[in-house]
Amino acid sequence: MIDICVKKALRDFVLDVDIRVPENETLVLLGENGAGKSTILNLVAGLMTPDSGHIRIGTATFVDTAARTCIPVELRGTGYVFQDYALFPHMTVYENIAYGLRMQDVPRETIASRVRELAGPLGLLEVMYENVKYISGGQCQRVALLRALAVQPKILLLDEPFSALDVRTQGQMRQELKAILECAKIPSILVTHDLRDAIALGDQICLMEKGEVVLSGDVETILQEGKHPFIDRFYSREVT
Amino acid sequence: MTQTMDRICRRGNLPLRILIATLVGLAVLFIGIPLAALLLRVPPALLLASLQDPVVLDALSLSLVTAGISTIIVIGFGTPIAYINARCQYPGKKIIDTITDLPVVLPPAVAGLALLMAFGHRGLVGQYLDLLGIEIAFTTIAVIMAQVFVASPFYIRQARTSFAGVSRVYEHAARTLGAGPLRTFFSITVPLAITGILSGAVMTFARALGEFGATIMFAGNLQGKTQTMPLAIYGALQGDMDASLALAVILVVISFAVIIVIKTLTEKEEADT
Repeated sequence: MIDICVKKALRDFVLDVDIRVPENETLVLLGENGAGKSTILNLVAGLMTPDSGHIRIGTATFVDTAARTCIPVELRGTGYVFQDYALFPHMTVYENIAYGLRMQDVPRETIASRVRELAGPLGLLEVMYENVKYISGGQCQRVALLRALAVQPKILLLDEPFSALDVRTQGQMRQELKAILECAKIPSILVTHDLRDAIALGDQICLMEKGEVVLSGDVETILQEGKHPFIDRFYSREVT
Repeated sequence: MTQTMDRICRRGNLPLRILIATLVGLAVLFIGIPLAALLLRVPPALLLASLQDPVVLDALSLSLVTAGISTIIVIGFGTPIAYINARCQYPGKKIIDTITDLPVVLPPAVAGLALLMAFGHRGLVGQYLDLLGIEIAFTTIAVIMAQVFVASPFYIRQARTSFAGVSRVYEHAARTLGAGPLRTFFSITVPLAITGILSGAVMTFARALGEFGATIMFAGNLQGKTQTMPLAIYGALQGDMDASLALAVILVVISFAVIIVIKTLTEKEEADT
């Protein structure tokens, strides 16, 4: 269960959302740039604190201003895939994926086997000891995803995970991510401005505008024409 | 055709090119001639012989030890200041920034006098230390304090710039992966800023090694105790010119080494990015 009910004053508007998503579903936050979508991810991860409200993921309360509870970032157990991946540039593919496990003081042998187990199916074994500066965009995306999943997070946060990829790779990566999410059986929040991402991956979709949810529901509900200009624009683009 | 035009254009610029080449040549000669004069006066045999001279040996070892300790102290207190000033906004940040930068522009003699007024026998703090039987002025500790005072900005400024150049998103990623603030700092921020940190440390070491004004005011000129290389050069100038020249050549060699280290580090960083 994802339960996000927060308010936070931002520079241009007040972020004010109340979102609930059932167990192990993928929530997609959809909208134009600057709508406050990434702020929600940062609030869940603990990189920002809300002015008021609460965030609960499963049985864990990450933050609750009424109860004056706030779990520090490093103890929340979130897996965050940043927009440009934020792979540590001074580390190899292996070191990047292993980083979270090292921070949990997992024994070296266990880390090695876990990293190989994760990287094998995604074809990263041959670039395992390459510095991340020398791998392709698609491989970077996979490393970022595995780095986040390696720590067995309570929730996976994905910020525009396909925006740095070319259109062909995007389609392939959407399918790959869908399979991974189904396999991982953890709730996830995906931020995107691309309706195709929302259709491919979202169980629940929230369309955001200036810090508020203006439309929400499953894919079918969202896709009805005439509900919001953002969705209609997508249809007109499809026709042309 | 293009090549011909290039040549015509270049010919048009000829006077300007001659002027620039002359200015560059003059600048190189201005720095090069004194260095060459120094090196020509010290044949290798004289340099080796001077290394047996107790004045030279004492000054060399004292300088290396004190500059080394000063650099470690500066890294110790300068790193948190540099990081906080690169990352955080807090009241009084500008004042802290100004105070930590001040020794760069402050004449070393003024720094020495200020240290003497603070930690000297009857100084602001020194009078109380005196009551406890602690004497600082005119001891090796005073040498280190003078070096730390004048050399610290070289490290703090460089480290601050390097920390500011590390994108916060890497630190954020590390935090979400379970690293606390300290582990994030040592496993992500420091490795990503290491080139600047090392350059700053090398510059600090070089500045500490060359410190003269503040040291002579605050620590005096006692062989084996407070007489560092620059002080020994000055002291020996009146008597043993050979010792003075040998020490000067050693400092020139160290200065060259410092510049080469910094250039190598900078080039490595540029190649990495």
